[in-house]
Amino acid sequence: MSTRAALPPRAHHRPAWHVATVLETRAETPNAVRLILDVPTWPGNEAGTHLDVRLTAPDGYQATRSFSVASSEPGRVVLGIDEVPDGEVSPFLVRDVRAGDKLEIHGPLGSYFLWRPGQSDRPVQLIAGGSGVVPLYAMAATHAAASDPSPFRLTYSVRTPEHVFFRDELAALAGPSFTIDYIYTRQAPPDWGGTVGRLTRESLVGTTIAPHERPRIFVCGSTGFAESVAAWLLELGHSPRDILTERYGGL
Amino acid sequence: MTNRLDGNVLAGALANLFVQDATELQARCTKCGEIAPIAAAMVYPDAPGLIARCRSCNHVLAAIVEAGDKTYLSLSGLSGIAVPS
Repeated sequence: MSTRAALPPRAHHRPAWHVATVLETRAETPNAVRLILDVPTWPGNEAGTHLDVRLTAPDGYQATRSFSVASSEPGRVVLGIDEVPDGEVSPFLVRDVRAGDKLEIHGPLGSYFLWRPGQSDRPVQLIAGGSGVVPLYAMAATHAAASDPSPFRLTYSVRTPEHVFFRDELAALAGPSFTIDYIYTRQAPPDWGGTVGRLTRESLVGTTIAPHERPRIFVCGSTGFAESVAAWLLELGHSPRDILTERYGGL
Repeated sequence: MTNRLDGNVLAGALANLFVQDATELQARCTKCGEIAPIAAAMVYPDAPGLIARCRSCNHVLAAIVEAGDKTYLSLSGLSGIAVPS
């Protein structure tokens, strides 16, 4: 006999190609934009989802890249896009796209790196490197919107305060059931009491939920960041089954 | 007499198996036996196409190559893909 409450039915959002119209583009960090897209056919999405953006050059050449979705509602998609130097897609999206432009998007995609309300009452540890915070922000926002009782903690490694994605939104979400620890790797705010430097295994100990609390862990960042963090988490005693990673490339 | 049909009869079964998104499905590496979600494989996007390798032993699990008007899918390194009923 199970005393667990029934899980809510899983949303069924079939991936499809959509035409998106850019509603707004604004600077998110010195290297990144927030794109707000109007997509009338978008079915809504779960937290952690990504989508593919396909660009087509006048000569027919096509390039496709994946981006995490910061929002979840139908009809509208919010992306936070960091410029990858020498990239084929992100420099265009960061520098050249204007309100009214149209983009081809394919999604919602991904059924693995997702957080669903009501799925578990275990605590959740989110670990972000740079723009890797985008899907984790979506999870924190969904957690708050659903009033889900599981404790959430975000550890966010970022170059400087200016490089924080969704800074105001994250500050508004922070509270008793969602705490944020920033790791500033280059420069901290003037009143910062902590140290400045890269995330290490030792700094993870003080800023993340301990292994004996058995958190479910979502790690998203550059390939090097995600792989380093996942290895440290294993060394600290977390189970490999509890660590979900999403790498966005780079070193 | 052994009953014999053709592949058309698989349509319903395959429509259920080829789910909209397979990345959460667990599958076994044919070389080392590691069982993991497809999403946890290491993927190399800069080869011609996408190459998925086992996170434990680096064996090639799958390849997806677009060529002309066709997309070729190889799952030669995967077995026992577990699909929820």
